[in-house]
Amino acid sequence: MNELNQTMKLNPHLFEVGVEQAPIRKGYGEGLVAAGDANEQVVALCADLTESTQTLAFAKKYPTRFVEMGIGEQNMAAVASGMAAMGKIPFITSYAMFSPGRNWEQIRTTICYNDQNVKIAGSHAGVSVGPDGGTHQAIEDIAITRVIPRMTVLVPCDSIEARKATIAAAGHKGPVYIRLAREKSPIVTTDDTPFAIGKANLLFQPKDPDVVIISCGVLVYQSLHAARTLMEQGIRASVLNVHTIKPLDVEAVIAVARAAGRVITVEEHQAAGGLGSAVAELLSEQYPVPIKRIGVPDQFGQSGEPNELLTYFGLDSEGITRTVVNFVHT
Amino acid sequence: MAHLHDEKIQFIEEKANAIRQSIISMLVRAGSGHTAGPLGMADIFAYLYFHGLKHDPKNPFWEGRDRLILSNGHICPVLYATMAHAGYFPLEELDTLRKFGSRLQGHPHREWLPGLETSSGPLGSGLSQAVGMALADRIDTGISSERFFYTLLSDGELECGENWEAAQLAAREKLHNLIAIIDRNYIQIDGYTEAIMPLDPLRDKFEAFNWHVIEVGGHSIPDFHDAVEQAKAVFGKPSVLIAYTIPGKGVPEFERRFEWHGKPPSEEEGKHALEELRTLGGKIRSEHE
Repeated sequence: MNELNQTMKLNPHLFEVGVEQAPIRKGYGEGLVAAGDANEQVVALCADLTESTQTLAFAKKYPTRFVEMGIGEQNMAAVASGMAAMGKIPFITSYAMFSPGRNWEQIRTTICYNDQNVKIAGSHAGVSVGPDGGTHQAIEDIAITRVIPRMTVLVPCDSIEARKATIAAAGHKGPVYIRLAREKSPIVTTDDTPFAIGKANLLFQPKDPDVVIISCGVLVYQSLHAARTLMEQGIRASVLNVHTIKPLDVEAVIAVARAAGRVITVEEHQAAGGLGSAVAELLSEQYPVPIKRIGVPDQFGQSGEPNELLTYFGLDSEGITRTVVNFVHT
Repeated sequence: MAHLHDEKIQFIEEKANAIRQSIISMLVRAGSGHTAGPLGMADIFAYLYFHGLKHDPKNPFWEGRDRLILSNGHICPVLYATMAHAGYFPLEELDTLRKFGSRLQGHPHREWLPGLETSSGPLGSGLSQAVGMALADRIDTGISSERFFYTLLSDGELECGENWEAAQLAAREKLHNLIAIIDRNYIQIDGYTEAIMPLDPLRDKFEAFNWHVIEVGGHSIPDFHDAVEQAKAVFGKPSVLIAYTIPGKGVPEFERRFEWHGKPPSEEEGKHALEELRTLGGKIRSEHE
């Protein structure tokens, strides 16, 4: 489609049935090894989830730079702070529910307040964790990380972007939270798609847009699908991939809001506190336009197949399309 | 094991007394802060900064230094006072404790004051950080490292589960250059530790976690020196010193009273305390003889 931003060099098979899929966490595992290859100060800590968080490849390649923490996320965060104080670049990994969930205060005080160079990778975020149910579906993690001073918050949209985000995080001085998802999801980008922390990517850019969909994580793919469907219905929706929630790309967000005049945010997170809130905070002060936030409406998740849950919460492309149509016609 | 000679002991004891006087003065000026813990730990801090630690006050970022991680940040008046007496910064700066813009934050903030190894206040995270530092040192230097990692903990904060997560890891990693020092003064904010959440038998707990445990009087410089030397000689295990201290030590009115955990002396009480410290200095020393 010629509305796709060619400079973004997206996956040419993006809209095909049977598009290649991979779990976002897999890109983290690859990125961690690459970061470890590039800098011997990179170390990895994991709380008894080494395989499922994809930390295993690093652990095998660099056993002396890997620390198995057992089930102790609070200790893991503070141990990482201590290692960073000695010059290491620790990546700590667990499920997002436990890190940065259970160990939030250790992250806040021993890492951020203490200004230590620790990276926090939270896997299995969002309702698309699926059958494990609401206990394991972290949908508050963006809110609790972005509010901490000094924290950078990254939400990659696919496995390839996750690899780049992980490598970029290793090179960025200061605490970084990287949000990862469990399920296989479509590959949106390519190795050649640009990625820089803090620089949002405009992926879909119809002329004279009626609305802009600002999205992050696995829902970028769903947003692109919705935008294509909306084109067929005569609604021109651009799509901005905000892979960095913090620092927010102020210039890009204001530019798309100005061009479209209406903003929809889409995220696999509570509608409160996440990407939608970050965008609303910015635009309400600097460029007020009508905003609609799509997310989980102040509820917990539940068991189900990932796609079932995305549909239930209106987060799949049909749900996004429906909300955009209603929003544009109000 | 080299014993300390008498002149050195007397020198450290005099420093401890001076540190106590500074603690009283700075708390009176600050108008808030903790009294009992800092006074109780003055002997141990004096020992560490005037003998035990490998450090250089004029070069606080020296890579080869030992690390001292204060976990219970609320006793920072004793840390600040000791650092000033050791030459990290001018004594006059102690008067700025807890004031706006001061480097001496109400609870220590690493970035504000060179020589602080971490920021602390929320209890229960110091041991983990010390373990992390020792782990990084183990990766870089191996088992023959000559740097020691000391962390000072309160007894009350051992109620936090994170300490036991850290204790397990330290034992598994055989971090023998990690030395935890517990201020065993039996008080916390709400009362006596054994009434609130009993910790005893504390020795057994740490031994069950595979640590080398040494019990020692926290007001005897020669005994404490011997305990530290023993801990440094242990191989293949982290060590913990359970240091029995008297909260409020040095000012009889404050001693053993948990009410003095979290409040400063008034101007009047401070004046009286300073008089006692100045005149009873000999008595404190005589207990060790």
